[in-house]
Amino acid sequence: MSAAGYLLPYDFSPLTVLSFMVVLGLYGLALPRLPEKERPGSGRILTFVAGVLLCYGVMQTRFDYYSQYMFFVHRGQHLILHHLGPILIALSNPLPVLRFWHRVIGSRGRRLLKPLGLLYRMLQQPVVASVLFVGLIYFWLWPPIHFDAMLSRQLYWLMNWSMLLDGLLFWWLIFDARSPVLTNALGYGKRILLLALVAIPQMILGAWIVFSRGMVYDVYEVCGRAWPMPPATDQLLGGLLTWIPPAMMSILGILIILRRAMHEDGKFTRCDTVTEGPAS
Amino acid sequence: MMPFRKPTSRFRPCVAALLGLVLTLSGCSDSETWQGKDISSLMPDLEFTLTGSAGEPVTEADSAGQIRLLFFGFTSCPDVCPTTLTALSKAINQMPETLQDRVTTLFVSVDPDRDTPERIASYVDFFGENIIGLTGGEPALRDLTKRYRTTFGYDEPDADGNYQVSHSAAVYVFDGAGNARLLFRPGLTPKMMSEDLTALASEG
Repeated sequence: MSAAGYLLPYDFSPLTVLSFMVVLGLYGLALPRLPEKERPGSGRILTFVAGVLLCYGVMQTRFDYYSQYMFFVHRGQHLILHHLGPILIALSNPLPVLRFWHRVIGSRGRRLLKPLGLLYRMLQQPVVASVLFVGLIYFWLWPPIHFDAMLSRQLYWLMNWSMLLDGLLFWWLIFDARSPVLTNALGYGKRILLLALVAIPQMILGAWIVFSRGMVYDVYEVCGRAWPMPPATDQLLGGLLTWIPPAMMSILGILIILRRAMHEDGKFTRCDTVTEGPAS
Repeated sequence: MMPFRKPTSRFRPCVAALLGLVLTLSGCSDSETWQGKDISSLMPDLEFTLTGSAGEPVTEADSAGQIRLLFFGFTSCPDVCPTTLTALSKAINQMPETLQDRVTTLFVSVDPDRDTPERIASYVDFFGENIIGLTGGEPALRDLTKRYRTTFGYDEPDADGNYQVSHSAAVYVFDGAGNARLLFRPGLTPKMMSEDLTALASEG
């Protein structure tokens, strides 16, 4: 297969291509129009684009073909859609870009988007967000559901998009660049707690897949593998990908949040003493 | 100076609602009435253009009205293909005699390099009468397998030029109108398949 063949989508989804183009387009349009001090530096821009392109790559290139017919590649795909891609996007902090478009759409546009805002706030309630984050992994990996999702094109797309959107919501909540001291962003302690809590069920699930003797996900057996590979090896690799990298990402996330918290510790001490008083 | 705003954390009943939704959704996946897996809402209708054993083009219309059992394999297949085709032929023989000729098996070889139409013809004749051997160019086979969410792949050839082919181990069942109905996973006995096929053939 030619190099172009590997870059072209296996299952072309116009809506997916359009969505990614719109996201990159809106980001690119906003950048030069932002005030100098709000504009993200090249590192942040690169991080954002890398996150978006990674997600696009696993959905609309030959990678998607291997994800459909190899369990371990599928786990790698979800690792990027639900973890790595959204983590990069959230860490790049595209908040100034969002604020810019928020200003541009005007009060009428904001009124139209209000129901979406309500839904967003409901989903970003910390308990809801973490139950959803872990729940979606368990839901799509529940063997009968997983079987259906791999057989039906519609369900397959629904699965991948729901993983990506939920990943964005969760990691955006965790890596919210606003300081909890000055805004209503989630407190650092709670963020660390959430990261630790979501890691445990993912490790249990991954370990369960790794140590399962029988075939848990026979859909790859039924539908043929991309190349002849012993089913047990495929399942073992898939289990390891469900188990170890997500746990590592939780720990990395905790370290990043701790660093931010320590950084802010000294910064707002004086503020504390000034504002403490009858108002609180 | 910016005022302090304590982070709000309100526990909402949505958690319970979400959990409920997940449980409900996951509860209604398998139909109990069939031995095979019900795929009627998951898979598209039967549609293909392939080459028959006499080299003629064959489409799904040629067997319209019949229950079609679609199976992908290759004639050099050491285990899965002969086992499955034998099981299918047993299942059809266990159906009531009047219904047996309402079932057609479509054996699609995904190894067109080695499997010539003649070779496929002599292979399928071994497994019964109502079985059609088909193949096609690799692009046509790729399109068809993609349509049914399956694939195939080739191993590196050994010193004698023999190679393994990975392919679907399941049988796709379509009714007379070409609607996708059932998926027979490996592990179903001929008796179980026979029950499903009889029920399908008796539908009308």
